[in-house]
Amino acid sequence: MRKRQPKTYTRLTHPLVRDSRDEPFRQATWEEALDRAARGIQAARGAFGMFSCARATNEMNYVAQKFARVVMGTNNVDSCNRTCHAPSVAGLSAAFGSGGGTSSYEEIEHTDVIVMWGSNARFAHPIFFQHVLKGIRNGARMYAVDPRRTSTAEWAESWMGLNVGTDIPMAHAIGREIIHAGLANEAFIERATSGFEEYRALVEPWTPSLAEKVTGVPAAAIRELAHAYARAERAQLCWTLGITEHHNGTDNVRALINLSLLTGHVGRYGSGLQPLRGQNNVQGGGDMGAIPNRLPGFQDILDASVRLKFESAWDTVLQPHYGLNLTEMFEAMEDGSLRAVYCIGENPAQSEADSEQAVRRLRSLDFLVVQDIFLTKTAGLADVVLPATAGWAETDGTTTNSERRVQRVRKAVTPPGEAREDIDIICDLASRLGHDWKYADAETVWNELRSVSPDHYGMTYERLEEHQGIQWPCPSTDAIEPTYLHGRLWETDPSRRGPLAPFGLVQHDPPVDLTDDRYPIRLTTGRRLDSYNTGVQSGGYASPLRRGEFIELSPEDAERYGVVVGEHVQVTSRRGSVTAPVWVDTALRPGLAFMTMHFPDEVDTNALTIEANCPIAGTSEFKASAIRIEKLPIATIVG
Amino acid sequence: MTVTPLGIPRRMLEFTLDGEEARVPEGSTILDACRAAGKDVPTLCEGDTLRPKNACRVCVVEVEGARTLVPACSRKAEPGMEVRTDTERARHSRKVVLELLASSVDLSTTPKVAGWLQEYEAKPDRFGPDAARLNEEPKIDNDLYVRDYDKCILCYKCVDACGDQWQNSFAISVAGRGFDARIAVEHDAPLTDSACVYCGNCIEVCPTGALSFKSEFDMRAAGTWDESAQTETTTVCAYCGVGCNLTLHVQDNEIVKVTSPHDNPVTHGNLCIKGRFGYQHVQNRD
Amino acid sequence: MDLHFGDSKPTDEERAAVDGLLGPPESSWEGADRSDADLRWARGGREARDRRDLLLPGLHAINDRIGWISEGALDYLCRRLTVPPAEAYGVATFYAMFSLKPRPATVLHVCTDLACAAAGAPELCAGVEERLGLGSGVSVERSPCLGLCERAPAALAIKAGDPVRTAVSAPATVQDAVLAASSPDSAPEEPPAALAVPQAGQDGLMLLHRVGAVDPSSLDDYRAHGGYTALRRAFELGPAGVIREVTDSGLVGRGGAAFPTGRKWQATASQPDRPHYLVCNADESEPGTFKDRVLMEGDPYALVEAMTIAGYATGAHRGYLYLRGEYPRALRLLEHAVGQARARGLLGDDVLGQGYAFDIEIRRGAGAYICGEETALFNSIEGYRGEPRSKPPFPVEKGLFGKPTVENNVETLVNVLPVLTMGAPAYAKIGTGRSTGPKLFCVSGSVQRPGVYEVPFGATLGDVLTLAGVRDGLRAVLLGGAAGGFVRADELDIPLTFEGTREAGTTLGSGLVMAFDDSVPLPRLLLRIAEFFRDESCGQCVPCRVGTVRQEEALHRIVERTGADAAGDIALLREVGRAMRDASICGLGQTAWNAVESAIDRLGAYE
Repeated sequence: MRKRQPKTYTRLTHPLVRDSRDEPFRQATWEEALDRAARGIQAARGAFGMFSCARATNEMNYVAQKFARVVMGTNNVDSCNRTCHAPSVAGLSAAFGSGGGTSSYEEIEHTDVIVMWGSNARFAHPIFFQHVLKGIRNGARMYAVDPRRTSTAEWAESWMGLNVGTDIPMAHAIGREIIHAGLANEAFIERATSGFEEYRALVEPWTPSLAEKVTGVPAAAIRELAHAYARAERAQLCWTLGITEHHNGTDNVRALINLSLLTGHVGRYGSGLQPLRGQNNVQGGGDMGAIPNRLPGFQDILDASVRLKFESAWDTVLQPHYGLNLTEMFEAMEDGSLRAVYCIGENPAQSEADSEQAVRRLRSLDFLVVQDIFLTKTAGLADVVLPATAGWAETDGTTTNSERRVQRVRKAVTPPGEAREDIDIICDLASRLGHDWKYADAETVWNELRSVSPDHYGMTYERLEEHQGIQWPCPSTDAIEPTYLHGRLWETDPSRRGPLAPFGLVQHDPPVDLTDDRYPIRLTTGRRLDSYNTGVQSGGYASPLRRGEFIELSPEDAERYGVVVGEHVQVTSRRGSVTAPVWVDTALRPGLAFMTMHFPDEVDTNALTIEANCPIAGTSEFKASAIRIEKLPIATIVG
Repeated sequence: MTVTPLGIPRRMLEFTLDGEEARVPEGSTILDACRAAGKDVPTLCEGDTLRPKNACRVCVVEVEGARTLVPACSRKAEPGMEVRTDTERARHSRKVVLELLASSVDLSTTPKVAGWLQEYEAKPDRFGPDAARLNEEPKIDNDLYVRDYDKCILCYKCVDACGDQWQNSFAISVAGRGFDARIAVEHDAPLTDSACVYCGNCIEVCPTGALSFKSEFDMRAAGTWDESAQTETTTVCAYCGVGCNLTLHVQDNEIVKVTSPHDNPVTHGNLCIKGRFGYQHVQNRD
Repeated sequence: MDLHFGDSKPTDEERAAVDGLLGPPESSWEGADRSDADLRWARGGREARDRRDLLLPGLHAINDRIGWISEGALDYLCRRLTVPPAEAYGVATFYAMFSLKPRPATVLHVCTDLACAAAGAPELCAGVEERLGLGSGVSVERSPCLGLCERAPAALAIKAGDPVRTAVSAPATVQDAVLAASSPDSAPEEPPAALAVPQAGQDGLMLLHRVGAVDPSSLDDYRAHGGYTALRRAFELGPAGVIREVTDSGLVGRGGAAFPTGRKWQATASQPDRPHYLVCNADESEPGTFKDRVLMEGDPYALVEAMTIAGYATGAHRGYLYLRGEYPRALRLLEHAVGQARARGLLGDDVLGQGYAFDIEIRRGAGAYICGEETALFNSIEGYRGEPRSKPPFPVEKGLFGKPTVENNVETLVNVLPVLTMGAPAYAKIGTGRSTGPKLFCVSGSVQRPGVYEVPFGATLGDVLTLAGVRDGLRAVLLGGAAGGFVRADELDIPLTFEGTREAGTTLGSGLVMAFDDSVPLPRLLLRIAEFFRDESCGQCVPCRVGTVRQEEALHRIVERTGADAAGDIALLREVGRAMRDASICGLGQTAWNAVESAIDRLGAYE
């Protein structure tokens, strides 16, 4: 088969500006570019939004959110964590008051049962999966819940191929089975949770046989998982975007958390909940306050005492309400209430669901400044483009991983041309807008963050180096906390136990984009091993595994449509249409198709996906679209 | 229900190492004890992230009462054991093992081996000009890494790293037997027809340079590879949220190789294809 | 496991061969047609990965049916067993009997090893190769010792099919061997095992007394000849009592290491870890050795009974009989014997109605001398390459499948029967103080009556050679096989005991006595031994992998040289040999230089 070369991007080396969107970019001096950027942003004060970057350092995210809040006086700051794991943060913080995964990688090596739910970690998080494999080799039993029988699922004792978007029925049925089998951890429920009776009533209708009808998974398999999870002395529940990228992603997360509350599989060594983060600093971006509802250290903006602390530290006045999240900012572009955006290191023109709509909305802005290392499709829509550094290799700082471990990032290579570090660029813009910030280096930024975030206070650069990273919370410079969170729930003394963890009373709500006669195939999306997100970075190396974008079909569907591997077909959803070559994957069942978003310049998968958003977290339902497949050339379709 | 983790305390044991009392935690190998005592025992197939394979036999030492020499890398210290690391007998075996290897394998990129050959007065040439060698050509079947099995001492480390100890991809195995044994994928196919996922975790553990980044291989061929001009900087991978530590080897402001610290709690020296090879975008500078 | 498979598909025949062993696949993930249920729920994990030990039987099934193992067949087997194809390839290429390249359905293995070489194997090979060239449908392969030394030269034909057919031709002429290869079914029947026992029918034999006297296929006949008395006695004694008898008998292992059997059993029995396993090492591959074959062919139920007793004593409920792949008749007879014993309740859930469960599984080797090493044998059974493990841990603690395992060779086990029937004190009186009981010797080479001889420990080399009728012009005797050592013709008073041979600076090994007269050029013989070790080294450790090659190269250089011309290479051989002996992982490398050294030092081979 012909190997297609992905589009390769070359680094931006000079600032680019243009006077109107119809013109091509021209090279500019930093002076001019920054002046223009400052003017453009200033003109839209009150209608400004900041897209921070889940791939940049904590320090950069800290400065970026501070820029939005102090310089621009708005809480409209968010990042692409919205498109992936915001539901995890929302769900976990609703249950436990904190948005991080509760356990550590090492613990999964010493657990008894591992549930991988909506997660192909073998491809998406290969080194995390090595810890899972250690656990399996140490005797743990792994269960996989995923519509596809992925590489991850092939390692499972039992794989359950549920219908896309039926995670809540599955979880509820498991919960009901645990209760009916007398396997609920009553001591823990009594001591550490609230709302159990309501939960019991909620899940009672979800008999295994009803769940079988809705999810497609045999009742016996559901029962087996329920018993395995509940009877395990230790168990880990891990999930990825298969849970979160739904219009009710936060509800999905709550439904899974319920199972841990029911069995006491949280707050202990080896037992916990692990949302696996898609980007190097999704966790840190949120921790640093680059989200519309939290200040650095994951402190609630609505808390007056918290605001007071920051107002005095930053010598400013903070808005006492939440800002707009990424999804809401896009909606605000539509109605004109958001007119300027400062986008750092993100590519929403290709990463958002319903990408055509996203591009249209970005075009409608009065002013767009993009700060990136490449001229991405989003940068191509901008008025000013500022060449930045690759955070992980060209700057100093820290990032925070999925196990809440803050680790040092170090500068190894010199950036090309006139490219500059993100923090310096932001500070220069701030000073043009009247705020003269002086940060000698990333460590200075970090120390400022430490002074306002108790969870990070104990993490000096020196200690981060010494311990090869430290997990939060780390309130003291003398001690290291346990590797797992919420041990407090097991305390006998109610005052030390703190707030009870509420069961989430969430209802099943099937995917918005229903399949029907015209769109009979359920399209779901995910990652491949060698590629990453929109492919801007991963396209740069010559992976022998890469074969470009395909629409992957089950052998049965391929036969039904009379298409063969490599043949181009028309793929159409209610929102858009693309052509893509066919791949046949036995991991798929009839009626289920799979694509990635790694090669948007070849096949813009997000032209098909639906922007049906989680009302709590704002994440779109990337995992469930309805499509149809047509052989080329397209037959005329009437109506 | 165990709410807190149990740290299992380790007992200590005592034995004699080169006439001196040594005290080590139970389960330590003789090599652990040697290193703790600051003794330099040569090793090739031993890897700090892998279970001892004890295939190369260059670390053999003499244990009182044992019929044969024992490998320091895998033999656990026992109470009362008397170990001597530098006897004539042990040195003889090390010398011959080094000669056998050097006479059959290209050791030109194996760190430290030149010094050992000198130290043990090894003369690999004495097997004569017709002594059988591996005579393998480098296998270049992809753009990421090269397998130059003329440099392979068959230490099994790549197989172990690819297999159940870390990667669990099982793309490679030892095939054939005896002197004809080689590391191979099924049916000696090219890597591109194998289960290889190009994580490069085999390169990470290869002790001889038989496995190398294509960038290193090409630079060596061109004569531009210069480790003294390289910096090593450890940072965090940007490709997902797991937080793998990468050590970037940089020469002339170009990343030429990526490794990972073996004692890192996230990676234990392992990476995936993106972390290991996905750096090129940073240096697509024009 | 997320295994990678190529595009090759198995043929119907290959699929049938695998399914014949494993049964039909249960789901599409294992190779059946896709069903809706498969696409909703798949089982896997630990259970799927736990079938690795069926890999070697699976490879045999394909090789037996087709004659070689194709990519599609290997992939299908791997899919069925959840084994990575690269690993399966590594395993398949480890064994000499398998081919991963197409070859004719019939393979004729012609032995070119010591006894056969001395008996005209080179001429036989040349003749056969001339007759069975390309297009003959037969692949001729030169083979290490086939264990038919009493009838040298020997050839073994294996014709793949359903079922696989085999024929032995020994002593072979070109005509006979070609007939056996082209039409194994019509080849003449092999002579009975008793023909290899010149003493057959004599009084006083304890191990060989039934060989030739009983019908090896009849359990009833076995019982009529005293069979199963020992097992009954074992149940009376109880496991501890059996171990006491065996310990007091002074029985030591007959495989070569001479470890006290009672101590081994006690050490295994006392391990708290469960289950325990019993392994019978019937991978008799030492060139010149064939006594286990004769025992198994002549008195197979004795081994079944002895294994049952050993299992009972050591707390094992499963015994593996690892049989040399080149022993088709022994396989057939043992399979039959195990089946009969099972049918009669002498194996199974309730042996002899005593509430003790024990069964025997026969596993075939596939042409690898190294698998006679106990830990290599475990790896082979488990479906891995037959590479020795490093010890400690020893098998009594971590053996087969990582569990406490007692491993004994055939002759050792069969000795347990007289230990129990006559009682330890009486048994211990036989032989010398430190080597008790009867001992089997495989006598071949320059003797009139080659075969297996049973003598009490204490007989001298001369005694044994006299029994076999040594021919004139004796130059040297090889004791213990390729891993043993040469002695001179004037050393015939060496007592054939463990301590006697040790004192004489040689070894008893597996009980092999091979006589050579002046007609055999010694350097050629040594070269053949060196070739053997080079071929059979597993390749795991450097001293053996490269050392055996360097040894062969040096012997090749001096094959026509003597004195000062050879001195340099002899010095080199000594240095390499010393390192092989000191630093190799297992006995193969450690002993690979023994015979050569003894020939130089004792026989003055290059003087």
